[in-house]
Amino acid sequence: MGQILIGKVFHARHAMGQVVRGTALVARDGFSARYDLDRINGTFSRPAHKLAGQSYVGKILVLDTAKGGVASAWMLHEMQSRGVIPLALVFNTVNPILAQGAAFGDVAMLAGFDEDITAAIANGAEVEVNPQMSTLTVIG
Amino acid sequence: MKLTSEEQDILAGKAGPLPQTALRHQVKVGDFFGADDLVPVSQAHIMADTESLGEAGVQWLEQLASIAEGQRGVRIPTITDPRGTDFAYASYLGQTGAMVDLERRAIAAFVKLGVTMTDTCINYQTIQAPIHNEHVAFGDTGVVIYSNSICGARSNFEGGPSALAAGLTGRTPRYGFHLPDARRATLKIRVEFTPDTLNDWGALGGVIGRLAGNYWAVPAIEGIEGAPRSDQLKHFGAAMASFGSIALFHIAGLTPEAGKIADVAAADLPTHRVTRADIDTLQKSYRTDDRVDVVVFSAPQLSLFELRDLAALCDNRRFIVPLLAVTSPQVKPDSDRAGYTARIENAGGIVMSGMCFYQSYAREISEAKGWKRLATNSAKLVNILGGYGYQPMMASMEACVDAAVSGKLGRS
Repeated sequence: MGQILIGKVFHARHAMGQVVRGTALVARDGFSARYDLDRINGTFSRPAHKLAGQSYVGKILVLDTAKGGVASAWMLHEMQSRGVIPLALVFNTVNPILAQGAAFGDVAMLAGFDEDITAAIANGAEVEVNPQMSTLTVIG
Repeated sequence: MKLTSEEQDILAGKAGPLPQTALRHQVKVGDFFGADDLVPVSQAHIMADTESLGEAGVQWLEQLASIAEGQRGVRIPTITDPRGTDFAYASYLGQTGAMVDLERRAIAAFVKLGVTMTDTCINYQTIQAPIHNEHVAFGDTGVVIYSNSICGARSNFEGGPSALAAGLTGRTPRYGFHLPDARRATLKIRVEFTPDTLNDWGALGGVIGRLAGNYWAVPAIEGIEGAPRSDQLKHFGAAMASFGSIALFHIAGLTPEAGKIADVAAADLPTHRVTRADIDTLQKSYRTDDRVDVVVFSAPQLSLFELRDLAALCDNRRFIVPLLAVTSPQVKPDSDRAGYTARIENAGGIVMSGMCFYQSYAREISEAKGWKRLATNSAKLVNILGGYGYQPMMASMEACVDAAVSGKLGRS
């Protein structure tokens, strides 16, 4: 993982949602609400996932790519209704399902960077996701 | 996005609140992906099992359905992916009254919206396959990859809310695989052998999906011999979509856009070689035990021909482990009439319809039934069920049936 560089700004090609600040949970792995999560307890549940066992609730997830099925489009909305949801989703590449899910579930999202964002952001860094500016900023 | 005058009227609410809500969602997604405009679509297919929707999603649907009749209907044929249960077997599966009630409420809402409850993920085999260049808005990744690749249709993965939006507006944002440039190959795969069994086809799809790695990757595949059957390509595509989020592949000399590999792929694309050993490795990686708690054939739903093959394997057998075969509501009556259902059930198996195992509260089923070690011939199913607390294991249909008889999955 990358070192913490306070003030460093990363620009995304795709952006959606409101400005949020929080702790980054980072892994070079994929994301599917259906395949990877225990949505009741708010943890990554697929044993092979690099974040297996860790809580995603209230975190800014910084992952490589959106994976798998179409269910995530509904599931982000359902997770939002119970408050068991990441604060924002940040991907190197995103598929339509996660974008549609973020639109429906009102979750901030950034995707598409000039560098591997999972290597650039340190796990545990404090970051700001600003979809209006299409930026991800390290703030602590 | 550039909107026509009709679309501007919809956005202004002149066509009523429902198309307005739908188009707002579509503009948000279209803007995210930089779509120039919307493209008319001829069909929509909605993935909307209630495990995914939850109470919040069903309430949202019910709000839409409460709009006055005449102002709430879909504009184009709009059909559904598998539901979260087969009502006839909900109790057997340990599904609760609350789950069943949520299903009934979701169905009632969809019917009020004019959606046709086909409850199938093999609509390209059973309802109406799209044709080359037909723009559609399909949910279920297996449906999309088959329709794009084998039929030559044009669709992105459309999640439930977006597919419903397409049904309500008759269009979808024009980005991704609606655009010719996005359909060109991004990598080449040289396959060293042509599989035969469905599990091998699924495993090959899984290996290629992992290699390709993300939604925007388009593999162009060389080395497939002969003309694979629809069921083989069904498992191949569903696994590729599941393992890699892939929505389109080309097979040289077979799929409609790839008469020659050069039609879809630049000569200097990176090339990966896939061998028999690669698909064996993938399947063996799931073999964590010899004992089996349940055998499941599902994901995608079985065709009539798969049920025919399964029935033949069940003759004169007696299962000591539950064996579930899941098909569509369109295929089930034919299976009944042909006697396949009875032959499977005589051995102790169960044929369900209108659901798919992983879309039916699989975690709760596992807890209610004590099922952990699950054998299947579906690569897609093993890829999904690990996250639901199962130990999924992959084998041929024959080996899975043998496991239902003996309780043990043989080593091949």
